[in-house]
Amino acid sequence: MSEQTAAPHKLTADTAALTPRGPLSEFWYYFSENRGAVTGLAFFAFICAVALLAGMIAPHSATEQYRDALLFPPVWQEGGDWRFLLGTDAVGRDMLSRLIYGSQYSLFVGCIVVAGAMVVGVTLGVITGYLGGNFDALVMRLMDIILAFPSLLLALALVAILGPSLTNAMIAIAIVQQPHYVRLTRAAVMSEKGKDYVTAARVAGVPPGRLMFRTILPNCMAPLIVQAALSFSTAILDAAALGFLGMGAQPPTPEWGTMLAEAREFILRAWWVVTFPGVAILLTVLAINLMGDGLRDALDPKLKRS
Amino acid sequence: MLRFFLRRIALLIPTFIGVTIAAFAFIRILPGDPVLLMAGERGTTPERHAQLMEQFGFDRPLPIQYLDYLTSALQGDLGISLVTKKPVWDEFFVLFPATLELSFCAIIFAAAIGLPAGVMAAVRRGSWLDQTVMSTALIGYSMPIFWWGLLLIILFSGILGWTPVTGRISLIYFFEPVTGFMLIDSLLSGQKGAFSSAVSHLILPTIVLGTIPLAVVARQTRSAMLEVLGEDYVRTARAKGLKPSRVIGLHALRNALIPVITTIGLQVGVLLGGAILTETIFSWPGIGKWMLDSIFRRDYPSVQGGLLMIAAVVMVVNLTVDLVYGLINPRIRHVG
Repeated sequence: MSEQTAAPHKLTADTAALTPRGPLSEFWYYFSENRGAVTGLAFFAFICAVALLAGMIAPHSATEQYRDALLFPPVWQEGGDWRFLLGTDAVGRDMLSRLIYGSQYSLFVGCIVVAGAMVVGVTLGVITGYLGGNFDALVMRLMDIILAFPSLLLALALVAILGPSLTNAMIAIAIVQQPHYVRLTRAAVMSEKGKDYVTAARVAGVPPGRLMFRTILPNCMAPLIVQAALSFSTAILDAAALGFLGMGAQPPTPEWGTMLAEAREFILRAWWVVTFPGVAILLTVLAINLMGDGLRDALDPKLKRS
Repeated sequence: MLRFFLRRIALLIPTFIGVTIAAFAFIRILPGDPVLLMAGERGTTPERHAQLMEQFGFDRPLPIQYLDYLTSALQGDLGISLVTKKPVWDEFFVLFPATLELSFCAIIFAAAIGLPAGVMAAVRRGSWLDQTVMSTALIGYSMPIFWWGLLLIILFSGILGWTPVTGRISLIYFFEPVTGFMLIDSLLSGQKGAFSSAVSHLILPTIVLGTIPLAVVARQTRSAMLEVLGEDYVRTARAKGLKPSRVIGLHALRNALIPVITTIGLQVGVLLGGAILTETIFSWPGIGKWMLDSIFRRDYPSVQGGLLMIAAVVMVVNLTVDLVYGLINPRIRHVG
């Protein structure tokens, strides 16, 4: 972050055009032109800060039940209480604190799922794309099988096997997502491996492992970074959906989807217990998708006005 | 052309076999053996256990069991539901029309709004209209639809009282299903008010299920239109002095539609996944709710059968989309 904001994008247009830019500052130059993307990044940074500082900024514990304050409305509505800014739920837990702690779960899910799906998917994709042949055919058919199921349904079935919990939901979502990484990486590697610099490296005696992961892979990263952003938001949505269906995080975990499931029976009596967790999911996912769009525009060479 | 068709179909066979293996493995991966699973918490005596193992063929080698499963699945025998004791195949086809009807309405909704919105956004690129359409589309694309459904229920059913919350039709109407599609059946029944009741039950689920496809269609239409509008033949058409509406509607849109139709077709997986959430919220008696209920009731033959059938539906639709794409876009036929 600090590296990026320090990039010389504040230079005047003339000097900026004359100074050769490093890849990072060039990226930031294009990324920062997209207002939506910068807004998304700012909001995402805010959510990250909230998640990291949850213990310090949350006014209450996420699970403490105030039995004298059941279903209190938000503070601006009649009957609200200044102790509970966004009101309380059916067992008297502070909504704001639960939302703050909930951000930890969503970001955690996103990070773990993307990391897991990416490591496995990219490794498989690089190997299949480079080697081709029977191994390639086998892996690709396997990926076709995973893709033949609607992703949420497959995740549900996997959780049914593993048992409902947040960990198992993350495993299931990572399994469902990694075919996309395999396909993307494989396609990128296949188009790169015939290029001259790869041949040159091979002739120079670079061993296959190094060739695949050090020579070719760095040149395939652009679409993968965009995919990572998109699958981060999908992972948050899917984990919330599984939580909502009772197959993800279990109560009393303050996971946003699980909170919505608990709130369902109060939808006509207490709008705040239903509205706020959903707003939190929507804004987080929206911020990441905005960033993803900006990343795609900044990294896609076709759209660059060079 | 025929070679292209056959090649695509041939590619599907290993995937289909893989899907049957995955569905077959589903029950075997679960902890505990299948008979214990079926017996549930009551448990069985060892003799009864052995007898059941033999009766269902679970004591035979796995490859033989799989071949048995495959042959009966191909003949439409997906086993017996543990809860209702009816064949899974019959259960599936009783509920499938409900999901089909909902998905169909959702995709019509998505296309009817998404296509014009995308076209207008592309034609007026950079205008406030473009920005509004695209930001709305991004919000729709980011929407947790289960929450969106709850919000719509609060607004339209709770506060305004316009639409019913659950089911496919008001309970005061009863008629034998003919097609399984409530919109058609309610018309056929000739009962006054039945059709409008069915429509009012459909509106909210349609919007909820159609939201993400709508966003995807609008975004895809816009980018396809933008690409086409920059082509030479569009400039030529403009230079000839054709009316803008004719250039956009006839020359540009026809070519832009090719990728859009593919996108719409590929939404079927999204729809069937979203149906689980939508049907759960609105108590819609379709496949999605049935699958979730089956998972909760540990009705494993139903889950297994449902997985196989849904994957088969997705594969057939994707194949159709692929073939149609080859048909309307000759360039693709000779590649790959």
